[in-house]
Amino acid sequence: MKKILRIGAGAAWWGDRVEPAQLSAEQGQLDYLCFETMAEATVSAAQVRARRDPTFQGYDTYLDDRMKAVLPACMKQGTRIITNQGWINPDAAAKRIVHWLQEFGYTGVKVASVNGSLITEHVLGMTDTILENSKPTSSLKDTLISAEAYLGAEPIVTALKAGAHIVVTGRVADPSIFMAPMMFEFGWDPMDAAKLGQGMGIGHLLECGAQVTGGYFSDPGFKDVAQPWNFGFPIAEVEADGTTVITKVAGTGGAVNLQTVKEQMLYEVHDPANYLTPDVVVDFTTVKLEQVGPDRVKVWNISGKPRTATLKVSIGCIEGFIGEDMFFYAGPGALRRAELAKTILTERFRIVGLVAEEVRIDFLGINAIHGAATPVDAPEPYEIAVRVAARTATREQALKVGREVDGMAVSGIGHTGKRVPHAERTREIIGVWSSLVPREKVPFSISYFES
Amino acid sequence: MKIQLQHLAHARSGDKGDTSNIAVFAYEPEFYPLLKAQLTAERFKAFYRGAIKGQVLRYEVDNIEAMNFVCHGALGGGVSRSLCLDNYGKALSAAVLGFDIEVPDHLMDKLHGKQLLKPSH
Repeated sequence: MKKILRIGAGAAWWGDRVEPAQLSAEQGQLDYLCFETMAEATVSAAQVRARRDPTFQGYDTYLDDRMKAVLPACMKQGTRIITNQGWINPDAAAKRIVHWLQEFGYTGVKVASVNGSLITEHVLGMTDTILENSKPTSSLKDTLISAEAYLGAEPIVTALKAGAHIVVTGRVADPSIFMAPMMFEFGWDPMDAAKLGQGMGIGHLLECGAQVTGGYFSDPGFKDVAQPWNFGFPIAEVEADGTTVITKVAGTGGAVNLQTVKEQMLYEVHDPANYLTPDVVVDFTTVKLEQVGPDRVKVWNISGKPRTATLKVSIGCIEGFIGEDMFFYAGPGALRRAELAKTILTERFRIVGLVAEEVRIDFLGINAIHGAATPVDAPEPYEIAVRVAARTATREQALKVGREVDGMAVSGIGHTGKRVPHAERTREIIGVWSSLVPREKVPFSISYFES
Repeated sequence: MKIQLQHLAHARSGDKGDTSNIAVFAYEPEFYPLLKAQLTAERFKAFYRGAIKGQVLRYEVDNIEAMNFVCHGALGGGVSRSLCLDNYGKALSAAVLGFDIEVPDHLMDKLHGKQLLKPSH
């Protein structure tokens, strides 16, 4: 059994940077490099794209970039890779990884693909209630695009036991991707809630990549970190009982300290004593933290409670459209002109009969980000963007937003700055709803490929 | 003396559906009791005015001197439906840094970002 397991994070979302993953692969002395690339709506968006774009392969569009960057170092050093870049087609992603292994001259490498999370065809029969609004899931029948259950670490562990060097999955709970190597290497029992609680807690610290090493953190004058353009991605040094030191490659920017670790610990968490995952219920309220060296924080004593009988299901639905655009004012009186522009647009939306569920006309510089939470005495800015958005049932209605902003150019007021439209000004809404499914109703399957 | 929260605590927001969790972390252990006593769930919700439509639940995490404010109805109906430019509410955690905390004189030395202290209103 390994004494210390080194697990690196290679991505925290689809658009994450690639260079730090390559650096960790080359210099992090990693046993495992794990990638998390899916957001809540990733699967539904991929389903929509697959229907319209026959060239879309159904997996992470940056799969090639990421694998080309890390495969040489990972293969040379024996680092295993676990990734959810399979999106809606893990088999195709696995085959593509085999292609790159062969390109780099590595033959006989086993690549596993984990399937089973996609339950679109059966979801309405397997689930009862929408968690967000308590309506029956059958009410989503007409708008349903896609549904997926959040699998846990067990399929990944199964693939590792079968000798897979690279495991590519569809939807798996984010922290499970990082906890699976601990279960496999240390032989943790899937029902050992104490060890899994600590392990999933560490997985949660890793799943957002640089957010625990100084990303989404620095605030000049209050929380300054070194070289914020050069963050290292996190590396966990895990002992057999789950006790872990979070660190990063020496010489990289950012920081690993008590503040960065605490902020990430509660990120996207609701009740810190009951963080629900497919593998275990994590309790962060017992955690102990200690700075044990520069950019080294020891994390232990996270607790766990037995896993629940159900898995979370995400259900993506077509829900209409958003139309949006913006135009600009500056100089003395910018706010006065922006307010008149808002009045004009409101009247013109009435004239053209805009039918919308909600319309927002915000002043970027005052209230476009914090909305109603903006202090009443906020100072008037020198420059203001008027940002207009409406949510509508049809694209035809959503297009009216951009068309009326066009009208502000020649038929607007003095000193209006405006761009010629150069990008799509409407987009489709994929609404995401949640439900629960008994875990035994979602069996996983694994396919193996070899380079 | 009333001092903006940003000198006593740091914060981070996260999204799940239409719910934003805004966690507030005391810079110093001595600040934590002040935050617990003064930054209640009711005051938190009131401070965000209409930006949080639903209930605010406050979870205390004493072992890391943090409070997690779970704000329902804060993301415009959900990340994908929201008309807000910051539809994930990533910047939402910054607003509470302007909340005023009454700080006793003997703790003034421990404030963070003292070079940026402004007279509070």
